[in-house]
Amino acid sequence: MGTSVFYFVATLSVICALMVVFAKNPIHSVLYLILTFFTFTVHYVLLNAQFLAVVNFIVYMGAIMVLFLFVLMLLNLNKESEPNKSVFLKIIGVIAGGCLAVTLIGSLKSVAITSPLVLKNPSLGLVESLGKELFGPFMLPFELSSLLLLSAMVGAVLLTKREEKTNG
Amino acid sequence: MEIDFVIEKFILVTAIFAISLLIAMYSTYAERKVAAFLQDRLGPDRAGPFGILQPLADGVKMFMKEEVIPANANKWLFMFGPGLAMLCACIGTAVIPWGQDMMIGDRLVKLQVADINVGLLYIFGVIALGVYGVMIGGWASNNKYSLLSAIRAASQNISYEIAMGLSIIALLLVTNSLSLREIVAQQHGWHWNVLYQPLGFIIFMVCAFAETNRAPFDLPECEAELNGGYTIEYSSMKLGFYLFAEYINMFVSSTIMAALYFGGYNYPGMDYMAELLGPTWAPLFGTLIFFLKIFGFIFFFMWVRWTIPRFRYDQLMNLGWKGLIPLAIANIIITGIVIAIVNKF
Repeated sequence: MGTSVFYFVATLSVICALMVVFAKNPIHSVLYLILTFFTFTVHYVLLNAQFLAVVNFIVYMGAIMVLFLFVLMLLNLNKESEPNKSVFLKIIGVIAGGCLAVTLIGSLKSVAITSPLVLKNPSLGLVESLGKELFGPFMLPFELSSLLLLSAMVGAVLLTKREEKTNG
Repeated sequence: MEIDFVIEKFILVTAIFAISLLIAMYSTYAERKVAAFLQDRLGPDRAGPFGILQPLADGVKMFMKEEVIPANANKWLFMFGPGLAMLCACIGTAVIPWGQDMMIGDRLVKLQVADINVGLLYIFGVIALGVYGVMIGGWASNNKYSLLSAIRAASQNISYEIAMGLSIIALLLVTNSLSLREIVAQQHGWHWNVLYQPLGFIIFMVCAFAETNRAPFDLPECEAELNGGYTIEYSSMKLGFYLFAEYINMFVSSTIMAALYFGGYNYPGMDYMAELLGPTWAPLFGTLIFFLKIFGFIFFFMWVRWTIPRFRYDQLMNLGWKGLIPLAIANIIITGIVIAIVNKF
């Protein structure tokens, strides 16, 4: 049953991801992106990574995508306001996309079908074991990345601050 | 999967769904009665004795109204919005432990649909998702007022989610578990979390008011500025769904507060009652007590609505970012220090 569910959800992920690109309306794109993230959540659940699933759900679907939607709704993008893309840009886009496709196909060719991966420790993705890993062996990288996020936050706040008038 | 397991869960889900709808339905009636009581009026009293058939009459009216979809609206998203609002409101109840394990015949029945070990985070996720119904509906209406209202709703929800998450972190420090079943079971015998986390509870409650768009935080549906907010283009049962989703959200928030901070199905003298009533009826009595607590919170929601005037938008943002978030962080630090000291000695 697990495999068939996986294939079903994987197909959905691919379709939704394609719709993100092909949708004409930016708001529809974002909504499809939300669906894509939701299918990722299901993938995490299938992999028994409950914490990651829920965090993906809360952070990506519940917070980041709301902000995306928020900004797009404020900007109210549509066909008229879209800047004209020159032929030059389109050619560059095709070349870059082609390069990516070649790389992907090349790397996929070398992939052989392996037997399904069996986790040594099935409770690896649960909150308790994840927490012990993060605050045990991975303490330093974890704290460093949190510092990185904090500095990004401080930077964002600084950018929004109004410049003080020097002679005023 | 055993068939009786599926049947058991199916009955449970149906019962919870029906009860949520019933409570939401009668919340509309209760709201009017409470408002009438607070304003020294009578409230609805025509349909049936004391007007208790009023919600039915309202429901029929909603169904009978003409459905209007604006010409320039995005048709599918316009219909999807209320449905999503309703869905997000209902799925939160899945992880709530409604009572202790109950013996029916010789079968042990769990009064909880899904005991997942990240239950608390699941609820948080569902709450985070709730804003999409409003946003999609508001945008798809293709109306400036509803768009403004949707944007207000989004920024309000994002702001208050942070403080809510932080207050939950402090609670987790106390409970050491993310499973709601565990958290409620731990509060047996007056170990109610509100006694350990009074500040956390107040922060959580204020945020719950903001997340459910209830007064004094009902800016997304502010009549004076937005002509009714995101529901302005909606008619018939689609409007009904939005209004109904608000009441279901209120019920779910009350349930979560009662479960997390007020002991859920625990009540004083529980062990005595368990001996008296036996393993079948004692859990049901606990469930009844749980619902009484929930009704208390719902009444509080209404009481506040008819007592406190609405915030201005800048006041709302100030309270969220400069008031609640620092307070919640301080709460985490204090809780952490106290736990460290208690564990040491």
